[in-house]
Amino acid sequence: MRWSFLKPALLVSLGLWLLLGVAYPLAATAVSQLLFPRQAAGSLVRLRGRVVGAAHVGQNFWGQRDYFWGRPSATLSPLTGRLQPYDAENSGSSNLGPTSRTLLVDVQEALRQLQAASPGLRRRQIPLSLVEVSASGLDPDITVGAALIQVPRVAKNTGLSRNYLTALVRLAARSPEWGLFGTERVNVLTLNLLVYRSLHDTAHREPPT
Amino acid sequence: MSFTTAVTWLVGLGVLFVAVKPVGGYLARVFTAQPTVLDRVWGRPERWLFRVSGVDPNYDMSAWEFAAALVVTNVVLLAAVYVLLRLQVSLPFNPQHFPDVRSSIALNTAVSFATNTNWQAYAGEHTLSNFSQFAALGFAQFIAPASGVAAGVAFVRALSGRKLGNFFVDLTRACTRILLPLAVLVTLVLVWQGVPETLAGYAHAHLITGGRQIIPRGPIASFDAIAHLGQNGGGFTHANSANPLENPTAVSNLLYAIVMGLLPVGLFGFFGIMTGRMRTAWTLTAVAGVLFLGMLVLYYVPEAAGNPVINSLGLHGTANWIGQELRFGTGGSALFTTSSMAFSTGSVATAQDSLLPLASLGSFFGMFVNMVFGGKGVGLLNMMMFVILTVFLIGLMVGRTPEFLGKKIETREVSLALLAFLVHPFLILGGTALAVYLPAARHGVTNAGAHGLSEILYAFTSAAANNGSAFAGLHAALPFYTAAISMVMLIGRYVPLVAMLLLGESLLRKRTVPETVGTLRTDGVLFGGVLLTSVIIVNALAFFPVIALGPLAEHYLLMAHHLFS
Repeated sequence: MRWSFLKPALLVSLGLWLLLGVAYPLAATAVSQLLFPRQAAGSLVRLRGRVVGAAHVGQNFWGQRDYFWGRPSATLSPLTGRLQPYDAENSGSSNLGPTSRTLLVDVQEALRQLQAASPGLRRRQIPLSLVEVSASGLDPDITVGAALIQVPRVAKNTGLSRNYLTALVRLAARSPEWGLFGTERVNVLTLNLLVYRSLHDTAHREPPT
Repeated sequence: MSFTTAVTWLVGLGVLFVAVKPVGGYLARVFTAQPTVLDRVWGRPERWLFRVSGVDPNYDMSAWEFAAALVVTNVVLLAAVYVLLRLQVSLPFNPQHFPDVRSSIALNTAVSFATNTNWQAYAGEHTLSNFSQFAALGFAQFIAPASGVAAGVAFVRALSGRKLGNFFVDLTRACTRILLPLAVLVTLVLVWQGVPETLAGYAHAHLITGGRQIIPRGPIASFDAIAHLGQNGGGFTHANSANPLENPTAVSNLLYAIVMGLLPVGLFGFFGIMTGRMRTAWTLTAVAGVLFLGMLVLYYVPEAAGNPVINSLGLHGTANWIGQELRFGTGGSALFTTSSMAFSTGSVATAQDSLLPLASLGSFFGMFVNMVFGGKGVGLLNMMMFVILTVFLIGLMVGRTPEFLGKKIETREVSLALLAFLVHPFLILGGTALAVYLPAARHGVTNAGAHGLSEILYAFTSAAANNGSAFAGLHAALPFYTAAISMVMLIGRYVPLVAMLLLGESLLRKRTVPETVGTLRTDGVLFGGVLLTSVIIVNALAFFPVIALGPLAEHYLLMAHHLFS
């Protein structure tokens, strides 16, 4: 081994470290904050000045009778190692393979809970993505169909009309990016904030136009 | 196939196809020291850095010197990353007050990032401070790929009859002329799409349902930009590019899939321009392109058809969504995964462990051959290795001394190419066999049955290919795996690299033999076809048995609705 290369290796590395390891991230942060302050700070969503979430990070609404549910999440608490859905500090999936019986049981359980919460909901209506865990455990979206099948349950529990809630779903729906990439979907937090406002703010009772 | 899938694939593949020649041309300018626009910025500081460091930019290294300079620089990097991770508490930018990283994980991570594997046995968002992320791992994500690019460049110089060059000059120029300017651009697009870029601590959200959620933040965009430009694939968080904080939209997803490929495809063009054999370069591009398309389809078809056991429940739709993110769509996830496995990046937008068996086969294939463009200069080296083996096989068939680019391929060249080739299956199959044999290692799997073997096989394949993705159900933090995987990453990175540098030098020293009508042409459909077939046959010989026990066995069990508890 040519240890005569040690000095240039050390000094070139040090020089590059100052540029790439320190100056680059700090400068990139400064410019990003200047150009896109909202996104750079994490696209936080505020309600009456309080942070109630981040636009891109899903939250656990599963089992909440007044709200639309998102996809199941398999994230574990980093402290206890137990299941804690939508724990953003430990993103991840269930890592169950397609021949795992646990996987099938989990899907059947999610299905059972959905049908128990909305009597009359038929299996044919339920999109697979609504009962299957995402890769990050933080997927913020569901399909438009997955939102629409929950309208009767939310209507019954909140007293808001079905037509009104359907209009909220249409309002929260996002078409594919630039009409070209990805899928049409509904951000669950956005939709539920509309529901929350409708319930807590009389000024928003009128159907959106 | 949906409209958005078709558009996503067309744009992704189209941009990469168009990039082959211009990126190759730019690389040729940078690495033959022709003036570029960025000389105004970097020329002066660079000369100063070389003078202070005792680097003579005009000194041409021998293959051994080049290899030694590369290894010493990577050892320095490895040591620096290890020390920074171990001293995390005492260093700045640690808003969450994370403790020092424990030694086995710090060592595994240092090896992993220095070898451009970026295997992660930790969860970034509750382990690492911002400083560890950007000043240790982010920095490594520049130096490791730049080292690989330097080696690839030196090899191509040798093939084109030039001296190998100077490692330190190539390393620096790869960083300042290529990686850094692109990284700044990509960072800004990512932030625009919604990737955080801040030094503030984690955000606390008070949920409308009454609970609380802690939202990790940090300089994520600048980290992920270089993670993909350099085919590193290190994730800021555990879920990597599946996490909406790292990959918030289908646009960011497509951008990642494209930028991972820019350098690898550009190096193919670079090879053609430098050797003056653009036709050969296009033939090799076509071979890699066919394999890329094959992997893409192999992922998409089974994932769109879905899991037959789940589908028998009679729900709406068929596609598999387990371990998939809705916003990318099956087509977007297919493109990202194929790019990541072809370009040896190893970032993931899906949970690889939950892929259907046939879809995972595409990922295995990409890492086995490691030359579907491949990553960071090494992919081109692997492609050349297969070209030399193919030329040798054809030579045997027609009974002539094989030639490549006007040089005779003889015992030494074939031996070195074979060494570079055989290390790979040896590490993968040997490591997997050892893990299956040891009870402590066997207990590290999450899934029973054939899928458990796939988890272990995937880990060693990913490490040997310096890919870094995982079937994440495997308990990679177990002592056996941190140690064995570290070893495999080191051997898998440096042995083939040094062998190929020596091979390049050996070809450089040979006299050029004139081309005649009897010379085997290394371009066109015939040669491309033979090359493609050789790649498939040689790899099938090495890997088919283990694939039959893992993903293939699992596929047939799944078709028969056989489940494991």
